[in-house]
Amino acid sequence: MRHLLGTRDLAYDDALRILDTALEFSDVANRTVPKLPTLRGVTMVNLFFEDSTRTRLSFEAAAKRLSADVMTFQVQGSSVSKGESLKDTAQTVEAMGADIIVMRHFASGAAHRLAQSGWVDAAIINAGDGTHEHPTQALLDAATLRSAFRDDPRGTNLEGLRVAIVGDIAHSRVARSNVFLLSSLGAQVTVVGPTELLPRGIEDWPVVAHHDLDAVIDEGPDALMMLRIQRERIRGEHQPASGDYVRNYSLTPARASRLPSDSIVMHPGPMNRGVEISSEVADSPRSVILQQVRHGVAIRMATLFDLWGGTS
Amino acid sequence: MGTRAVLTGSDIERTLRRIAHEIVEAVPDTDSLVLLGIPTRGAVLASRLATLIEDITGEAIRQGVLDVTMYRDDLQRGGHRTPAPTSLPDGGIDDRVCVLVDDVLFSGRTVRAALDALTNLGRPRAVKLAVLIDRGHRELPIRADHVGKNLPSAVNERITVKLQETDGSEEVQVVA
Repeated sequence: MRHLLGTRDLAYDDALRILDTALEFSDVANRTVPKLPTLRGVTMVNLFFEDSTRTRLSFEAAAKRLSADVMTFQVQGSSVSKGESLKDTAQTVEAMGADIIVMRHFASGAAHRLAQSGWVDAAIINAGDGTHEHPTQALLDAATLRSAFRDDPRGTNLEGLRVAIVGDIAHSRVARSNVFLLSSLGAQVTVVGPTELLPRGIEDWPVVAHHDLDAVIDEGPDALMMLRIQRERIRGEHQPASGDYVRNYSLTPARASRLPSDSIVMHPGPMNRGVEISSEVADSPRSVILQQVRHGVAIRMATLFDLWGGTS
Repeated sequence: MGTRAVLTGSDIERTLRRIAHEIVEAVPDTDSLVLLGIPTRGAVLASRLATLIEDITGEAIRQGVLDVTMYRDDLQRGGHRTPAPTSLPDGGIDDRVCVLVDDVLFSGRTVRAALDALTNLGRPRAVKLAVLIDRGHRELPIRADHVGKNLPSAVNERITVKLQETDGSEEVQVVA
């Protein structure tokens, strides 16, 4: 693989290979010295045009466990606010020695643009572009699902698993990347939310769309993935009223108690406790939120390894 | 372009039996012995050697699998593969005599990677190397302690080891 830009165009075999590779990397975290020499001499640059703590840290942890060098370019106070273009910024970063660029950008399609422009030779990993894609998040969610429901996850897909993604589907790149990856791996995906938070064109997605969370819960899904409302991306009049949203879509203890006993609850973070998910559910045994974070580091190690080993 | 068989199935069996005896002679204290196979075919050979040594000594032999993919120095050169699981026997490798097992010894780079991988997993008392085929052309100062067959070869020839468990047949070939 040359770049990782999205899950919509990620081949099934590539996805499975990254998941299997990540399994081996998961073990590394448990060692006394959690470090491998694999990417010694390779420089990874976090190029972040938008705030992020967990994704940036996760990539940093992944790179460091593989002995890569890490540099971080944050937009605040940088020359981007002085009007520098993406092309100039990326070329500058590459001139400083970047072999792999991990980019988060507020504009949908920015990572594709950078990868296809020929501006840089570095491998590009999309760490979130606008409301478009966030492929490593979807891969870590797939890894979490696999290890929750498969005794021996290696080589398996998600055939037969039923996953409901709940909340702001329209503005969520996490939802979009998950819909395409999980369904390509064989899961049945349902998206749930009020009309104004479901994207236009959802009929063309490989999902069932629903407005009634209670009805979906009564169908007994294997996993519920709760998303926050991306208020920063929603213009004034389309903001859903908080009270209504909490009443209809918050995962409360009462709703969670109606799930099958082995169903899991996921959340990509950051959580708004008391809005899309109650504290009690977030901290309950069926919550796998911290497992998602752990899988995140392993998935990013596997992605870095795959891009580097595959580039020549 | 020609293919020449150099070891048949029964040759392989006899050779492994001899290596098993050599290992028992070199490490009489089988309680400290750990056989570690390097995937894919090294792992198969290690498990066969363990069975053979168990037959000879009547003792259970510790064995494991050591994947070295993440320690290679040529990741960018060849088509890399998905790392295989590493598994160590209970008790790990500290203070034991580890015998690394692989099918073909060539440049020595796989063994170099295996030594690095071992360092991250513990501190064996000694590390030894057993291979089915030594084909020469070393690029590093590494040699095997137990060799099934020395097979002088040209650099551009390929040595193919086929084992029942992985390939459905049993043979060593030189492909020119």
